[in-house]
Amino acid sequence: MSGHPVVALAGVTKQFGKDGVTALQEVDLEIRPGEFISLIGPSGCGKSTLLRVVGDLIQPTSGTVEVNGKTAARARADRDYGIVFQDAVLFEWRTVAKNIGLPLELAGWSRERRRERVQEMLELVELTGFESHHPWQLSGGMQQRVSIARALSFDPALLLMDEPFGALDEMTRERLNLELLRIWQASGSTVIFVTHSISEAVFLSTRVVVMSPRPGRITGIVEIDLPQPRTGRTREEPRFAELIRDVRRTLRAGGGFEADEDVDEEQLIVAEEGL
Amino acid sequence: MAAATVAIHRAPAERGARVRAAVAQGALFLAVLGGLWALWEGFKWVGEATELRLGSFAVNDRTLPHVHDIVNTLFEPSRRNGPMLIEVLGDAALFTAKEAAAGFLLGAVFGFTIAVVLAHSTLLQRGFLPYIVASQTIPILAVAPMVVVWVNPKLPEGLRDWGAVSLIAAFLTFFPVAINTLRGLKSADPRALELMRSYAGSTWSVLWKVRVPASLPYLFAALKVSATASVVGAIIGELPASIQDGLGGAILNFNQYYASAPTRLWATNLVAAALGITFFLVVVATERAVVRRAPEHVA
Repeated sequence: MSGHPVVALAGVTKQFGKDGVTALQEVDLEIRPGEFISLIGPSGCGKSTLLRVVGDLIQPTSGTVEVNGKTAARARADRDYGIVFQDAVLFEWRTVAKNIGLPLELAGWSRERRRERVQEMLELVELTGFESHHPWQLSGGMQQRVSIARALSFDPALLLMDEPFGALDEMTRERLNLELLRIWQASGSTVIFVTHSISEAVFLSTRVVVMSPRPGRITGIVEIDLPQPRTGRTREEPRFAELIRDVRRTLRAGGGFEADEDVDEEQLIVAEEGL
Repeated sequence: MAAATVAIHRAPAERGARVRAAVAQGALFLAVLGGLWALWEGFKWVGEATELRLGSFAVNDRTLPHVHDIVNTLFEPSRRNGPMLIEVLGDAALFTAKEAAAGFLLGAVFGFTIAVVLAHSTLLQRGFLPYIVASQTIPILAVAPMVVVWVNPKLPEGLRDWGAVSLIAAFLTFFPVAINTLRGLKSADPRALELMRSYAGSTWSVLWKVRVPASLPYLFAALKVSATASVVGAIIGELPASIQDGLGGAILNFNQYYASAPTRLWATNLVAAALGITFFLVVVATERAVVRRAPEHVA
């Protein structure tokens, strides 16, 4: 288990349309079990696309994608990963408990097993007592915790997160960062985390993968050697500031501060998936 | 724990607010009803006082009876030594309600099925949607007699006549349901669809767990339109079918005696309107029971 990568990307290129935007070019990346990887880069650098290629929500134009030693399609069919978006994407006609239990329903779990697991997940994200609430009765931060509980409910080896805290205020975000680290350590899963925020990436990750736009590619990887477990104090350590500077330099070297505002990655993805 | 406490403390306050809202709504309803009555009687009073004529239309007790006369007629015998008019019209309304309800259900199921099929194929949608739209440009009064003539002989004894009328009601019902449901099925959040894909959900589970729940507000908006349309369709369907037992038959009948007893036709209209409103309210009540939405998404 230990030597075997959870995700292995080799020469992954993604072009939208025939001679359209090259969202990803020749991306190689290996992610080991238990790692917390952040993908960081400006808008249009292809980080959301990369996440969806791993999740088999988008097919690469060329290159190979392996998840848990299988093809991405096989891994998706086996429910090897859970995904969390920037919006919680909760189903408003379902209660909190039924939202968390949705993937379990699809996997054919019995009602009794579902109920037990949902209780465990509610405990994990500290929302016990809210099972019969509807999503609109919760704050944005609580909704996102429900969304995380749903993604982890079936105990996937891999958790894909696409700017999950991007829509939250700074205080909530920092609290949820700590909570996510606790959940990550408790669940033992591997995380790929897309973010715009340098400090969030450094605080959370074991490695930060820096990407640049036009075309989207990996321009550097920064090892984050901050001690575990991380706490509110971690952000005040000198090493934290040094690592932030390293990531900034890597970003600048790759042209990462020249955001490509012409490319709306979200739109390309929606068009590609024909949704 | 905290959540439970909050819920307990909030319950009585919420109930009080709900009762107040219901009382306010009832009062508003009565106020509007009173306003309409005043408008009717006011127009009549002014029209008679000034001997108003609009073309050949003169305001008098024959063209515009008093509201209280119309209501009184309901409680007078419909013919010498016969039952009260309201009993006769009540029976007629029940008969028409049966036709309309069967037509409504048939049309709703048909419209929903069409929407589900079209939502899954752009090709079918492009091919069939124009004809579905075109079907509604056919004047119902022209088609109704043909439907009755074609269909009636083929119907078993228990469905004869009223079954044919139901088809006409269904014809008016299915269209708004099909169009709105199609739109509703396609209104599902793209992220929710990605999510279902990530869980390896089948097309079937995507339909029932995402698309159909997402379409419910659209479906119920259509059902509200269709509920009243099905009553109109049933009444219109009765006319060429020369079915005597329903409200359509009653309208034809009292129309002939309008010169001598105008209030009876008006009373029949009143009952027909009440039937339409009843259908509408049944749909509203069902929606309240079935659709769970954030308060800001409830129309």
